[in-house]
Amino acid sequence: MTRQTTVEVTGSPRETKRGTEIRLEGVTKDYGLAAPAVDDISLTIEPGEFMTLLGPSGSGKTTTLNLIAGFETLTAGTISLDGADVSDVPPHRRNLGMLFQNYALFPHMTIAQNVAYPLRQRKVGKQEIARKVAEVLELVQLTGRDDTHPSKLSGGQQQRVALARAIVFEPKALLLDEPLGALDRNLRSALQTEIRRIHREVGSTFVFVTHDQEEAMNLADRIALFNNGRIEQVGTPQQLYAEPETLFTARFLGDSNVFELGQADLGGAVAWEGESWGVDPATVAAHPGVGKGSAIVVRPEDVEVAAGRDAVPVGANAVRAAVRDVEYMGSYRTLLLTIGDRGLFGRARVSALRGDYAIGDDVVVWWRPRAQRIVAA
Amino acid sequence: MSSNKIRWSSWLPLVPALALLAGILLVPLGKTFVRSVSNPDLTLANYEHLFTDGVTMTVLGRTALTAATVTIAALLLGYPYAYLMTRVSARTRGILLVVVLIPFWTSVMARNFAWIIILQDGGPVQSAFEAVGIDDVVLYGTTAGVTIAMTQVMLPFMVLPLFSTLGAIDRKLLLAARGLGSSPTAAFWKVFWPLSRGGVMAGVMLVFTLSLGFYVTPALLGSPQQSLVAQLLAQRTTLLLDFAAAGALGMVVLVITLVLVVWANRVGGTVSAIGVVATSQPKDR
Ligand SMILES: Nc1ncnc2c1ncn2[C@@H]1O[C@H](COP(=O)(O)OP(=O)(O)OP(=O)(O)O)[C@@H](O)[C@H]1O
Ligand SMILES: [Mg+2]
Repeated sequence: MTRQTTVEVTGSPRETKRGTEIRLEGVTKDYGLAAPAVDDISLTIEPGEFMTLLGPSGSGKTTTLNLIAGFETLTAGTISLDGADVSDVPPHRRNLGMLFQNYALFPHMTIAQNVAYPLRQRKVGKQEIARKVAEVLELVQLTGRDDTHPSKLSGGQQQRVALARAIVFEPKALLLDEPLGALDRNLRSALQTEIRRIHREVGSTFVFVTHDQEEAMNLADRIALFNNGRIEQVGTPQQLYAEPETLFTARFLGDSNVFELGQADLGGAVAWEGESWGVDPATVAAHPGVGKGSAIVVRPEDVEVAAGRDAVPVGANAVRAAVRDVEYMGSYRTLLLTIGDRGLFGRARVSALRGDYAIGDDVVVWWRPRAQRIVAA
Repeated sequence: MSSNKIRWSSWLPLVPALALLAGILLVPLGKTFVRSVSNPDLTLANYEHLFTDGVTMTVLGRTALTAATVTIAALLLGYPYAYLMTRVSARTRGILLVVVLIPFWTSVMARNFAWIIILQDGGPVQSAFEAVGIDDVVLYGTTAGVTIAMTQVMLPFMVLPLFSTLGAIDRKLLLAARGLGSSPTAAFWKVFWPLSRGGVMAGVMLVFTLSLGFYVTPALLGSPQQSLVAQLLAQRTTLLLDFAAAGALGMVVLVITLVLVVWANRVGGTVSAIGVVATSQPKDR
């Protein structure tokens, strides 16, 4: 019975509707502070794409989202939806759904009234409203609470209502600003799954702001990584993890061992604290800054640990290290290392089946040149 | 059992206040009531007189009308003012607060004499109207003049509950409304105004009930021919020494006020005395 209705929901006109393309060109927002909050950003979000805006606090994610929504005015640049310039269109005419971290449900209205709100504003007929509200409340799995007031619901339920309200009018795109930020870990991950499912069923463009890299990796088709009001890199989660262009990207997503090279000739071999390391041209970032100031990044899972130099295969890049600590993680363990003469902090992930390491052990760490990544520092 | 205990002990801190209220409010009130219905035998004559003497009802009506006018004027002035207070910097807010509180800090007499000077014949207000060609604006000694002065005095009682209510409304709700398709005007009427209703109700009740009992301002600025209820009461107690009649009138005013308060509580939902409604935040934050 329930299945039947769910099929009907996905079979509604939404399915045939594709998402909207959101195009940002030279988008800038200057509040008159030391640096612009958003600085000359260009980004095209494909129709139906799940795009995550990721970045540290204050990097301009919310500002960018508010510019798309129309809550803020542009200092420079243009924003277009499906090719139509909306830079000067007020928010209520952009037809975009928006989800806030604190839900922003109207406390004086019931759940049903909240969800019906955008339809009322669009003068939709009464019966049509009732039908759509019921449909969308089922989509977010929150039926039978129509006449409850928001304050009676849990945080997760409130955010479901907000989600229902944001998609009920079939907006051109859904903008979400850290919608799960106020929820605890379990609820968060449950709602992440939910949001992905709804994205698939609704087929609309989603722009999701978060500062949590794990959340971004879980959800996104593509991630736009923000840093100081600029976009550092755009790509799939895999691309950003495996092929970072800059040190910032490498450090923001996952753990890495970082060897700063300074200005370097990346032709054949590079030097680091007296070691000479091979370079695989395929691993050098295309970033224009690379070479002028670069760094080698190696992920902990790509680092091997050996007892001495003679155990290191020919052609591998190696450096001596000392075991500082060992973290046991079940199937694997992570060695915390001090690398080289100056005691650079590093980590290596080794299988639990490999030999035992004790704190204080002198070891040699090595990796293949193709496992490393050379990025702009 | 145990819940009963908790209930009893939780009443304890109220005892001193209740004792004080009983001593200085309920007992005199009871005595006033008893006197108003005894002659010395039980009678309703004092109440009948109120309806038949041809003066009291007129004065009551005039008082209610004046209080209503003052309330509406204070709301129209106070709402935008309180809204502005929630939108400006902390510094400016402080200044705005001081401005609205000044009537509190000035003595009643000084304030009323100031209004006499401003409103009197040949005073600045009249001259200003004459300057733009409107003659014959008489405010001193009229209900209009009384209304103006009372509005100024009552403004803080409107602004303060409104400020605390409007300030507690989550601004994100307005953004949300805009994003859901509301023009700024629609967002105000559909979201902001309903959420501010508790504060409006509190302000309206405070100003209206306080205005019903105003004495000094109408006595000084108004005319004896257009007196308000408080003047009538004073006349009956201090001049005519007719405490029974005055008591009956007082009772009628009290009942009117109580009816209004009950009604406002019904309409306004959770109106507390100062009108703070904390409904704009989700429960679990
Ligand atoms: N209304 C505003 N007035 C002035 N400065 C602002 C305003 N809004 C944001 N900023 C500034 O712009 C910069 C970017 O802010 P923004 O809110 O976009 O960051 P964010 O990436 O969303 O951060 P967070 O993860 O903390 O939410 C910050 O330095 C912030 O102080
Ligand atoms: Mg933000």
